[in-house]
Amino acid sequence: MLPTQTFGEGRLVSFEIVVFYVFAAIVVFSAFRVITVNNPVFAAMFLVLTFFTCAAIWMLLEAEFLAVTLVLVYVGAVMVLFLFVVMMLDVNVVPMKEGFVKYLPVGLLVGAVMLVEMVFLITQRYFRNESFPPPERVAADYSNTEALGRVLYSDYLFQFEIAAIILLVAIVAAIALTMRRRPETKYQRPAQQIDINKADRVRVVSMPSSAPAGAPTRVDHSGGQS
Amino acid sequence: MSGFLDTVIYTATTLLKIVLVMVPLILSVAYLTLAERRVIGSMQTRIGPNRVGPFGLFQPFADVFKLLVKEVIVPTNASRFLFLTAPVLSLAPALAAWAVIPFFDGGAIADVNAGLLYVLAMTSIGVYGVIIAGWASNSKYAFLGAMRSAAQIVAYEIAMGFALIGVLMLAGSLNLSEIVRGQSGGFFHWYLIPLFPLAVVYFISGVAETNRAPFDVAEGESEIVAGFHVDYSGMAFALFFLAEYANMIMIAALTAILFLGGWMSPIDGVGDGIWWFLGKTAFVLFLFLWLRATFPRYRYDQIMRLGWKVFIPVTIVWIAVVGFAIWFEIGPWFQQRA
Repeated sequence: MLPTQTFGEGRLVSFEIVVFYVFAAIVVFSAFRVITVNNPVFAAMFLVLTFFTCAAIWMLLEAEFLAVTLVLVYVGAVMVLFLFVVMMLDVNVVPMKEGFVKYLPVGLLVGAVMLVEMVFLITQRYFRNESFPPPERVAADYSNTEALGRVLYSDYLFQFEIAAIILLVAIVAAIALTMRRRPETKYQRPAQQIDINKADRVRVVSMPSSAPAGAPTRVDHSGGQS
Repeated sequence: MSGFLDTVIYTATTLLKIVLVMVPLILSVAYLTLAERRVIGSMQTRIGPNRVGPFGLFQPFADVFKLLVKEVIVPTNASRFLFLTAPVLSLAPALAAWAVIPFFDGGAIADVNAGLLYVLAMTSIGVYGVIIAGWASNSKYAFLGAMRSAAQIVAYEIAMGFALIGVLMLAGSLNLSEIVRGQSGGFFHWYLIPLFPLAVVYFISGVAETNRAPFDVAEGESEIVAGFHVDYSGMAFALFFLAEYANMIMIAALTAILFLGGWMSPIDGVGDGIWWFLGKTAFVLFLFLWLRATFPRYRYDQIMRLGWKVFIPVTIVWIAVVGFAIWFEIGPWFQQRA
């Protein structure tokens, strides 16, 4: 939406780079805090910040559909449930710190292996920077969403359907694992509750109206208006 | 140099637009509180606030000043930083979502392609304010309120999203202005008619999303006193209040845009304009107040049942119906798609 044509080419790029580095710095910082902060609730909140800033970086890539979906799904739903669980747990901070020195070598080793792997991967021929020319700028009315939909439902339909089936199986499995018939639990059946007649519940008894013996007789002076 | 000047002008006009949306919005929040008290008062044959100014018209300002000068108390064992961040987390998304709302033809701050998705994302962030407030207060009432609200908002978000899919199928766009333009041609072309079940589900889910009565178990005055904001006072409380009402107006505005034809007049081409949008929004807001005055609070398990077992199946069935109708090009509504 910025008036791109009025910027000099060099200045526009440099502004984008500034924005990118600001967001990237926030992402790295908050991702680091996720694993260093003591309180799990703060850790979850830092993870939320990481996701949100990642979405901002995706916006810079002009992938607005994915960016907004990241916020909608991960920030709006997944992390809420995550936070929900983390808050319910009674996490004691002190025992969590205990094994730090003991596990440090293992952690460093795993970290080093991952770093070496990533360096190998990125310096490979196929993943080097030169192999990926920057994508061409698209017009402001280009719909990222529509382009994604067209590709998903034509070229990659088969893969898309497979992913859908896997997710469906996962849902069914999760429900099947958590569903336990417990006979002692009391259920309400709303269909049954509303499927009644007046005759089932109410019995109208006609009784002669008379004052109990010994009680003072009330005289109604109001003429029926109370 | 002209490039720099253009940037300055662009930034200034954008800021001006934001002010033009935010100031009326906050004023409407103020007067919505008054309208709520007066309307519910009438429905319950009471008078409502009528002492401050003519017809009580200055009552909202009296309330605001009272809240402004009250002390913001932070409980001793509260997590201070999160306790004070929570109201901001609640309010900021509620206001940010207004960036893409088209008030009239071409009258949105940012007319983006994925507008509807953006609104959904922003409103879904609002739940953090509630959860964080409940946790940071370090009180069981606040925490219970936060837990209830988190489960409720996540559950109804799904029904809400499904209800919107029908609108997307008919409009063929995520752009809110495009969605309104898709409903041009008078009352009978509004999406309310072909998507009636989805419109009902959307509106009720909206009431649940904003934690309004009869779905206000997160606050549940009679059982958990005020739920997640029980420990808040003064301006911190006022921010939650502002967020709740801004969200309410948001849902009303979205209902007007998605199902009631936005700025379009009910008679084709007669006086389209922002007044129709405002009028429709006001009507939906009146429904909010009407619901609150009419229905008793739902029990928690009934809320969950309604969301998961009633609304989601209804929306799925109706999406299939819409799909078939578009495929076979039935009726006047399903033919316009290219």
